[in-house]
Amino acid sequence: MIEKVRERVRDLLSSGEVKGFLGLSNKYGNTGPHLFCDAEDLDGLVIGDWKGPGDARYTLNKQLIHIARKYPDDVFGVLVRGCDDRGLKVLYTWNQLNPEKVVPVGIACSQELADACECRKPYPDDFVAGEKVEGRAFASVARLDALDVAGRFEAWLKEFSKCIKCYGCRDVCPMCFCKECTLEDDRLVKNGVIPPEIPVFHLTRAVHMVGRCIDCGLCNEVCPADIPLRTLYKKVADIVDEEFQYRPGQELYAKSPLNILMQPSSTG
Amino acid sequence: MDYRTVLTTCTYCGCGCNFYLEVLDGQVIDTIPCKTHPVNEGKLCIKGWNVHEFIQSPKRLKRPLIRRDGVLTEATWDEALDYTVSGLKAIKDAHGSDSIAFLTSAKVTNEENYLLQKFARAAVGTNSVDHCARL
Repeated sequence: MIEKVRERVRDLLSSGEVKGFLGLSNKYGNTGPHLFCDAEDLDGLVIGDWKGPGDARYTLNKQLIHIARKYPDDVFGVLVRGCDDRGLKVLYTWNQLNPEKVVPVGIACSQELADACECRKPYPDDFVAGEKVEGRAFASVARLDALDVAGRFEAWLKEFSKCIKCYGCRDVCPMCFCKECTLEDDRLVKNGVIPPEIPVFHLTRAVHMVGRCIDCGLCNEVCPADIPLRTLYKKVADIVDEEFQYRPGQELYAKSPLNILMQPSSTG
Repeated sequence: MDYRTVLTTCTYCGCGCNFYLEVLDGQVIDTIPCKTHPVNEGKLCIKGWNVHEFIQSPKRLKRPLIRRDGVLTEATWDEALDYTVSGLKAIKDAHGSDSIAFLTSAKVTNEENYLLQKFARAAVGTNSVDHCARL
């Protein structure tokens, strides 16, 4: 698998099609993001399978935004899985990245990872390595939905009460690109006060994931309190899909339901 | 263009969480927790997440300051050390070793902490040594 990725990256770099390739590298005994700029120096390139499949995934799209903002005229390659591919579509739609300046190098996830992620589409539209495996339904959402309203509320409050307000979920999110964050608005979330008020803090973020969250699950992975945020945002995505027939990242340039809601009323 | 992700250890406390500092053209722009490091396994606290903000902060203290006539003024390291030594000596002579206490840090290395307690006990003669992690 890695050889196919390496081959593609080598071609992209040696042909000059991309100025750099943002991928993952094994260096200093760990796996982390790395910008490869030399076609002859791709030995460290990995796909982020550390001890298990996909356990060393990073927010490469977020890092790509950082680079693209400073170098908007250059083309960069980026390693993408199914979730990252959905992310790129949303970021193109929201004008955070220019599709003409991004060359995704796709890999399909294994069935084991797709199962663990409950991923609906565990492969990008185009990929150079891996095989297309079956998508999975949101079993974690179904388990909570089986409880009555009081039971669900109690279960979520119990989870939210573990929060240490590290903002890691916001900081890691590849879809959180706003310059001003509602979670820092004193009217909703008191600055400098811990623990956060529940459930306002988490539901504020959940509402902001409407039309944004592409279900990569990185928020869940960075949470020091192991709050099942991914399940929460999966539920939000289900509600939005049911009401507006929209899922972020499914289709390029599809308008988020929030755009529709923001249209001024024709009746004045 | 020079883009690097530099693996390093958090300086905020003694836990030893690891993260990558994202450095673009010499400017530290973001913190990325290391997913594969056994200490933090991709997680960080709020202080760790914001480490990149203080590194290049204009408010960061880079030179010693001495309060002269109530105003903090920049000094050389020699001036600052002379001032500290004479101050400590004067207090010790007037009030004894146990009138001085040392507060060290969880943000420095084991060796530096060892050095400070050694200085407190052997040079100044007090057992009053504490550290910020007790806060």
